[in-house]
Amino acid sequence: MRRKTLLYGLLCVLCVPFVFPTWWMATSSLKPVSEIFAFPPTPWPGRPTLEAYRQVFALQPFALQYWNSLYIALVVTVGTLAVSALAGYAFARIRFRGSNVLFVIVLTGLLIPSEVTIVPLFQLFHGWGLTDTHWPLVLVPVLGAPSVLATFIMRQFFLVLPHELEEAAAVDGLGRLATFRRIALPLARPALGAVAIFTFLHSWNLYLEPIVFLSSPEKFTLPQALTQFVDAYGGPMWNVQLAAASLTALPVLVVFVLAQKQFVEGLAHTGLKG
Amino acid sequence: MALSVARRARTVSRAGWWTGRRRDHLLGYLFVAPQLAGSLLFVFLPLALVLTYSLNEWNVLADTFSFVGADNYRRLLSDPNVPSVLMATGLFSAGLVVLNLSLALLLAVLLNQRLRGTTVFRTLFFSPVVVSLVAWTIVWGFLLQDNGGVNAILRIAGVEGPNWLRTGSWATLSVIVVQVFKNVGLNMVLFLAALQGVPKELFEAARLDGASAWTRFRRITLPMISPTVLLTSIITVAGSLQVFAQIAVLTQGGPGTSTTVLVYYLYQQAFQFHHFGYGATLSVLLFVIVLALTLLQWRMRRRWVFHEA
Repeated sequence: MRRKTLLYGLLCVLCVPFVFPTWWMATSSLKPVSEIFAFPPTPWPGRPTLEAYRQVFALQPFALQYWNSLYIALVVTVGTLAVSALAGYAFARIRFRGSNVLFVIVLTGLLIPSEVTIVPLFQLFHGWGLTDTHWPLVLVPVLGAPSVLATFIMRQFFLVLPHELEEAAAVDGLGRLATFRRIALPLARPALGAVAIFTFLHSWNLYLEPIVFLSSPEKFTLPQALTQFVDAYGGPMWNVQLAAASLTALPVLVVFVLAQKQFVEGLAHTGLKG
Repeated sequence: MALSVARRARTVSRAGWWTGRRRDHLLGYLFVAPQLAGSLLFVFLPLALVLTYSLNEWNVLADTFSFVGADNYRRLLSDPNVPSVLMATGLFSAGLVVLNLSLALLLAVLLNQRLRGTTVFRTLFFSPVVVSLVAWTIVWGFLLQDNGGVNAILRIAGVEGPNWLRTGSWATLSVIVVQVFKNVGLNMVLFLAALQGVPKELFEAARLDGASAWTRFRRITLPMISPTVLLTSIITVAGSLQVFAQIAVLTQGGPGTSTTVLVYYLYQQAFQFHHFGYGATLSVLLFVIVLALTLLQWRMRRRWVFHEA
């Protein structure tokens, strides 16, 4: 009994740095400027106001930036799923000449962090006239290093998928393409889910690439936009930044809480166990 | 009857040519083509270019591209900032990996106890993983201001906290801690899955032999989950070398250069000062470090890891 109380106490204390920041972000975004640094700190806004939220949309094209982040993340997720499911399936299931060599070549990409190639990528896209567009933010994750990890995960999943179903499908006269589409892909739903989740989060969090490639505010993505709410001296407008941060973080958090089982277990069991 | 057999034989032989191995080969190549072409275009071509660019200087405004030989590498060796940048990078990575893995393991062990409501705690510990990185960093930046939430709480407890982000030694620790709380949930979940895979009989046997809880943990649990320790340490080390947004938002590399890690220095040189050639040289250095560390960890696998899962 005492051991249980001790464990619960420890867990509750350990929770604080994980939970408090999010709660502090949401409540402080509702406080007037005069109150956000008040001492003693107010756990709940004394005079709640939506002024910071009004400013978020007044100072920047925030709705447009929100849309940019959302549609880029969705396109990247769908694209990565397609590329990695195809390649992962082929590397795991189809015997074709040179497949092992090609797999090693692709996998080597995991050793090359995107930060290493950011300078030449910028120069390449500059040469193609695609800087200050969303193309680099879509093309590089879908086809470059981030999707290599996705392909690896899909391959690991297809490797352990029982052969019998596909063999039965072949006996029934289903071709390879149809087997992939109607048998293998539906069975791979957990792995696809895990890949979708971490791909979406990766794109949603991207910061270095947007600030390198994008220069006009109406092209910005959310992480980049959040840091732009500064006063005339370059100091952060805290309440506005916190309001924008809340708008960015809370919807994803709500989705997570509703689907936390799929998130956590998907990542643990199919995601990174390789 | 004979006719139909002959016809069927013909269709089979034609289908055999097309549906058999050839078709499979072709499909295999088609399936991997996007990934392969993408890797060549967006990973290997830039990697080759980064080596080329490190031997050149590119002036983006004048749009001139001139060969400078080993100049950038000479500059790398004589740059007074490089030792402190490498120091900051090493300190940051080491601190991050140690704190992240030990906290992840602690949380996983706590959640692995037979307790009601561990799912709730698991959700809470994991939740920062899904919070937008920059949003999370901004909130912590707000909390760690001199007159911010952390110091206010300390003051209520009667302690005068430092100016976390503007004091040399505290700034590094602050950035590490912010990053640990953001992502430790991922490693925690991986450890939890590994812990649940440890056979219970081993513990029973050890308990009968009179092994203490600590001995059981050290002699059974740790060896059994060592493949996961290796995996998480590789992921965390690689991730620690890529930390950029947290530093750009929290400290801008300061105070002085105390939190200027290699990626941030690379970004400053290439994209703030437009020294693209030197930026490419720093990228090569980063690549060499990542490669060396990965190979090192991979070799240590033999000595550390009890068995391969």
